[in-house]
Amino acid sequence: MNKFFLEVTSIASFTLRFFKEVFKPPYEFNELAKQAFMIGYKSFGLVAITGFIIGLVLTIQSRPTLAKFGAESLLAAMVAVSIVREIGPVITALIFAGKVGSGIGAELASMKVTEQIDAMQVSWTNPFKYLVVTRVVAATLMLPMLVLFSDAVGLLGAFVGVNLKGDVSSTLFFSYIFNSLEFKDLMPAVIKTFFFGFAIGLIGCYKGYYSDKGTEGVGKAANSAVVFASLTVFIIDMIAVQITSLLDY
Amino acid sequence: MATQMKIMVEDNKQVSTETTETTEKSIVVEMINLKKSFGEKKVLVDISLKIYKGENLVILGKSGTGKSVLIKCIVGLLEWDEGDLVLFGQAVSNLKRNELSELRKKIGFLFQSGALYDSMTVRENLEFPLRRQKVKIVNDEINLRVEEALANVGLSDAIDQMTSELSGGMRKRLGLARTLILKPEIMLYDEPTTGLDPITSREISELIIQVQKNYDTTSIIITHDIECAKLTGNRIIVLKDGVCYAEGSFEEMQNSTDKWVRSFFEY
Repeated sequence: MNKFFLEVTSIASFTLRFFKEVFKPPYEFNELAKQAFMIGYKSFGLVAITGFIIGLVLTIQSRPTLAKFGAESLLAAMVAVSIVREIGPVITALIFAGKVGSGIGAELASMKVTEQIDAMQVSWTNPFKYLVVTRVVAATLMLPMLVLFSDAVGLLGAFVGVNLKGDVSSTLFFSYIFNSLEFKDLMPAVIKTFFFGFAIGLIGCYKGYYSDKGTEGVGKAANSAVVFASLTVFIIDMIAVQITSLLDY
Repeated sequence: MATQMKIMVEDNKQVSTETTETTEKSIVVEMINLKKSFGEKKVLVDISLKIYKGENLVILGKSGTGKSVLIKCIVGLLEWDEGDLVLFGQAVSNLKRNELSELRKKIGFLFQSGALYDSMTVRENLEFPLRRQKVKIVNDEINLRVEEALANVGLSDAIDQMTSELSGGMRKRLGLARTLILKPEIMLYDEPTTGLDPITSREISELIIQVQKNYDTTSIIITHDIECAKLTGNRIIVLKDGVCYAEGSFEEMQNSTDKWVRSFFEY
């Protein structure tokens, strides 16, 4: 229990330090752009594949149930709302935690083991600002973009799924989807992804930056970054759903 | 050169006057009763030490005696618990953060592992500290200094390689080049020959001497390698249980009357 509270205090102080450093010049724009490219652009492929499969599978699996109630015509709308409001953001965030969170954790832990972080410090560089702030900001900004992309590809997957046992034109399908989606479906979903991205980046950095026990610590940092970040995604999602319910969104 | 009068006194009577000429040396680093613990473990118990301009000081000692901790305190990677550190005549405890930061820019640190940035090429590794300076320099100047630094350590051909493609000796050389590119006044070497074969170790030791001559640096060399200590050190300090246990030239240490110190040199 004591260890748990120590960890919570340590994460809180790490988060506080992030907010202190993020607004303080000098700003590491070049490194931020590099990290945004590494974290965001290089995740597009993986996000596209998972998004497409989710859209396709969700459509195929939902059709029989809706058919039982004679509500097959609602299939596209139901899938669209599910993807945009919940499945798209959460699944993409989990994929992101697995790929990016573990990557950041392992990279920083490895840099710590090989004294690269110390070397930065003696090269007139604030390693927290250079390594942590840039990665957390990049993760916070890139995840919403990836989620929007994943949603779009997921809807494409749904279109393919609908056409496996039917013949619906793309114009009809997408106009139906956009008519059934409302602003309040999209906005809360997008807003919560900023928090998902922030949490994943921050946890990855925290686990890597404070890793120990040499090379063994690198594996541990990567592993615990994924576990902890994934769990945090669900907790944030739960809170976000409560808030949107209260606000009638 | 300065003339120093060494007066020998016996029973309050001046019996002889000896005049000697000594090289005037300024103290660049001074540690005053430095203490450092990690939890219950006292690593530096009481270290008082002066390091003079232009000398190569070798610090020897068994693993865990606080050698690396000592130089990490100098460069600012660790904070000590008690005592004080004087850098270039200025007590660190009296300095503001930015003043201390400016002062520490005069100190270079060669890490045991080289601490090269894996994600960068050899060129980028060398450019990194140059681009991080407050004083901005133009690209042509950066290129010139990178090429010069690489030529000094014999790595000109490796400029576009990734650091993972380099051998152990090359990594140490590159680490040294990266430190020297900022033209530091004090060089701190953390076990520069660890993990290298005897021939490469000798090359690195010779490079340390060459650096001292070319750049007129003051060096503190932490090592377990007695051959490196013999080649590079003007003065040797042996640490034991967190204190400076013995001090002298290599020959003095080797012929010490203390069995423990002597055993260190029986290799």
